[in-house]
Amino acid sequence: MSENAITHTEASAPALGRILALLALAIALIALPFIVKALGQPALVPLATRVLIYAIAAASLNLALGFGGMVSFGHAAFFGIGGYAVGILYRTFADDALFLGFIPGTDQLLITLPAAILVAGLFACIIGALSLRTSGVQFIMITLAFAQMLFFLFVSLKAYGGDDGMTIRRRNALFDLNTRDDVTFYFICLAIAALVFLALWRIVGSRFGMVLAGIRQNERRMAAIGIAPYRYKLAAFVISGMGAGLAGALMANYLRFVSPDMLHWTKSGELMIMVILGGVGTLLGPLLGAAALVILETVLTSWTEHWQLVLGPILLLVVLFTQGGLNGLLARLGLGRSAP
Amino acid sequence: MKLRGLLFGIATTLAASTALAQQPVKIGMITTLSGPGGYLGQDIRDAFKLAIDLEGGKLGGVPVELVVEDDALKPGQGKQIAEKMLKTDGIKILTGIVFSNVAGATVPDIVDSGALYVSPNAAPSNFAGKECNANYFVVSWQNDSLHESAGQYATNLGYKKAFILAPNYQAGKDALTGFKRMFKGEIAGEVYTRLDQTDFAPEMAQIRAANPDVVFQFHPGGLGIAFLRQYQQAGLLGKTPMVLAEPSLDATTLKAVGESALGLSVTAHWNSDFDNAANKKFMEAWTKAYSRAPTYYASQGYDAALAIASALKATGGKTDVPALRTAMAKADFQSVRGAFKFGPNQHPVQDWYALKVEKGADGTPILKTTGTKVLSNHGDVYAKDCKL
Amino acid sequence: MTLVLEQLLNGLQFGVMLFLLAAGLTLIFGIMGVINLAHGSLYMVGAYAAAFAAAQTGSFLIAVLAGLAAAAFIGMVMELVVLRRLYARDHLDQVLATFALILIFNQSVTLLFGRQPLFVSVPSALNGSVQLLPGLTYPVYRLAIIAVGLLVALGLYLLINRTRVGMLVRAGATHREMVRALGVDIRLLYTAVFGLGALLAGLAGLMAGPILAVQVGMGEQILIMTFVVVVIGGVGSIRGAFFGALLVGLVDTSLRAFMPGLLRQVMTGSEADALGAGLASMGIYLLMAIVLLVRPKGLFPAHV
Repeated sequence: MSENAITHTEASAPALGRILALLALAIALIALPFIVKALGQPALVPLATRVLIYAIAAASLNLALGFGGMVSFGHAAFFGIGGYAVGILYRTFADDALFLGFIPGTDQLLITLPAAILVAGLFACIIGALSLRTSGVQFIMITLAFAQMLFFLFVSLKAYGGDDGMTIRRRNALFDLNTRDDVTFYFICLAIAALVFLALWRIVGSRFGMVLAGIRQNERRMAAIGIAPYRYKLAAFVISGMGAGLAGALMANYLRFVSPDMLHWTKSGELMIMVILGGVGTLLGPLLGAAALVILETVLTSWTEHWQLVLGPILLLVVLFTQGGLNGLLARLGLGRSAP
Repeated sequence: MKLRGLLFGIATTLAASTALAQQPVKIGMITTLSGPGGYLGQDIRDAFKLAIDLEGGKLGGVPVELVVEDDALKPGQGKQIAEKMLKTDGIKILTGIVFSNVAGATVPDIVDSGALYVSPNAAPSNFAGKECNANYFVVSWQNDSLHESAGQYATNLGYKKAFILAPNYQAGKDALTGFKRMFKGEIAGEVYTRLDQTDFAPEMAQIRAANPDVVFQFHPGGLGIAFLRQYQQAGLLGKTPMVLAEPSLDATTLKAVGESALGLSVTAHWNSDFDNAANKKFMEAWTKAYSRAPTYYASQGYDAALAIASALKATGGKTDVPALRTAMAKADFQSVRGAFKFGPNQHPVQDWYALKVEKGADGTPILKTTGTKVLSNHGDVYAKDCKL
Repeated sequence: MTLVLEQLLNGLQFGVMLFLLAAGLTLIFGIMGVINLAHGSLYMVGAYAAAFAAAQTGSFLIAVLAGLAAAAFIGMVMELVVLRRLYARDHLDQVLATFALILIFNQSVTLLFGRQPLFVSVPSALNGSVQLLPGLTYPVYRLAIIAVGLLVALGLYLLINRTRVGMLVRAGATHREMVRALGVDIRLLYTAVFGLGALLAGLAGLMAGPILAVQVGMGEQILIMTFVVVVIGGVGSIRGAFFGALLVGLVDTSLRAFMPGLLRQVMTGSEADALGAGLASMGIYLLMAIVLLVRPKGLFPAHV
């Protein structure tokens, strides 16, 4: 966790340069579908959508990992639960049945997303409450353990496709929008991502965020001044899990498919790598990291079948020679102020 | 959806007819090349390429270009590649997916966008029944029929008491269901192993304790290698016979297992020693091009290429999807497995044969066709739910 | 009864394999504070090197030596080139770097040996089964694995507790700075310990070759389980790794062997089988969660 991260976000009055840079980023993201269409690369819109969804998940993980100092190796569990919430609600809706005998299904995005957030938050609350009794390496492993248990649970749930996963024939509906359209869905994801990043920015800058940073730096000192670290950490963990659940719900809609693959430990690892790659404990780092990893994978796989042999060394060089991921690299190149 | 697909098809016909005839038709292949399952995708790709090379860069007399990408066994990655192939490269014919979960995320997008998908391997049951699609063809088999043939063969061989095992995931459960559908005897034990399991010692002890007439197991790839080695080491090989379907013992795993596989009974829709002209041509070309024995995945990749060739030939190279699929449904090509046709759900209707693992001329174990047909003109149970 | 006994032997054998991997991992974890995700890759290197040497020479002895040498050599190179730069970093950087190493190792092995799994035969001297008790026959090769594992455990115990190197290792784990202040070349010590850990992983890999499939990605399958063992036993403790490995091996094996049978008493056959298999898969993770909730530092914490 880069120690200067917190001073970045604490800056109360954002510098003019940073506001301009953020504005530029926002304009670029809004203009993106039109630009790529003009360039004759319409497939880049879904790619950007995938980046945004992973960015939401990674940014949420970053709240626990970077700002709260809780290295969770099990966030794929919440990501997957969010996805399965959408999948199960849709399946129940399509079959015109009741889930668990009393929950009716739905295909309305305005219902499925909150439901996914709620369920993921509930699981995060249970898993967090137990896991936070440990710390350090043990915390990493116990979160992994819970995620693996859920992974195996979904693998053996035959009613919901088991290991093969289940297809969601239609994306969830939102008002009268055609969510099947790539550009429409991109803007839905962009709007939600903007809300999530805004919320995270507010959380990190709030009193709660300060306390969380204090706990990360010195838990005992915070306890000494009368703050119960456990409650704050649990709250941050739950919010983080809810964010991951939201991302999972969007991913299920994007893919029109959910499978236990979403809960596998390698997915937890991927989310972690996005955060580390972008810069731990920075607000926009996860967006940068998600973009870098997803785009690198896509470009490299279309270039060579031995893409792993290129991706590996790139990741290695990033760790060895940059401090604080890509965000840190940009900062040292003098562009850092652009990424708060 | 159907109407949209149709409109899309008309639009592309217009686009295609204006395109230059000389330009090669692009075929997109999304397949798994990395990780433990990488050899499956490699065989499919190499065999597909072989079919193109044999025609000198053409399929059905039409110049083609094969675009291959690795899905790394990630559903999201597969879908991403499909998006790019469909939207940016404007590819109309796709193939290659090995695993059912990648197919689940990728195939609906392909067929909904009006492109044609020809599966060289994965054929999960949900796409075979109610959700079958006019743009979706399978040249391999429907998952269940693999294991139905093994169940039938165990019955034919007169076994009364079977012990059956498969990993605890959808394909594993389908395997045991398929076997039980055709096996007339009693099930002495049913065990679900784990997908990440490498040590099968506890299962071996259970088999020995149950003392069945026959063991049926479904463990593809590396799992199967470990299972068969440990079966021999536990002293069960030669004592309790085993019947299995081809995914549990392909040419590659057979090479890795070695003598631990001697005497096993396997059911398959293809084997390298099949005596027909198409297969002889394929085997000769393969042996010349690659220094390894082809698996049945390779035969499916080759057949997928031939099926696409037959459709391209009929349309004269036009990538007009409705015309392509009408031509493809006729299955007007010489499959390396012999008789082949598509059922009402565009899945194969084919024969299943019994194979035995024996010592070859040089002493290494090989799969040998016994000449017994297990099932004739066998389709799948889901076809009746398909309304095409 | 013999069935229960046989399953216990199976659990013991599986536990011993896990111990060989966990011993190296816990040393590296405890002494250098490094999370090494690429430990499974060293296991793969050992298996591939041995399989390759066996295929080339036909000699089991040369295969063993090749497997051990390759794993130890690659391990030490890995430490010198990459991990040495990561000791001062936090766990996250180590996770990313060692994940990158996994990608590199897997793809390199694919390029060198192809995607097809390799063939390895059981050495003829260890082929076949012996009768231990009336009605209980057991493969000789598995007995040999148990014997090797127990010998290694004894050897490590003596090395750590009775030798000067062991003293440095123990001191290095608890008081890194102090050992350095006393003029010990801690860098050499680290490289040596890493080499030893890699050697043990390679040993596990080459012994697994004839039983399992030698294929790309075999390391990741067992890696997570090894981490579970290390954490249950207590990070940095060889003793913990030993008992943790045996516990995980026995629990995992008996759950798989007996859980469906127990469930079949209360529900129908195939449902019990599917549910039992699901529960058995979750079993060791549940075990780890319970152990950590009761003893957050594991069963045998190296230093409190």
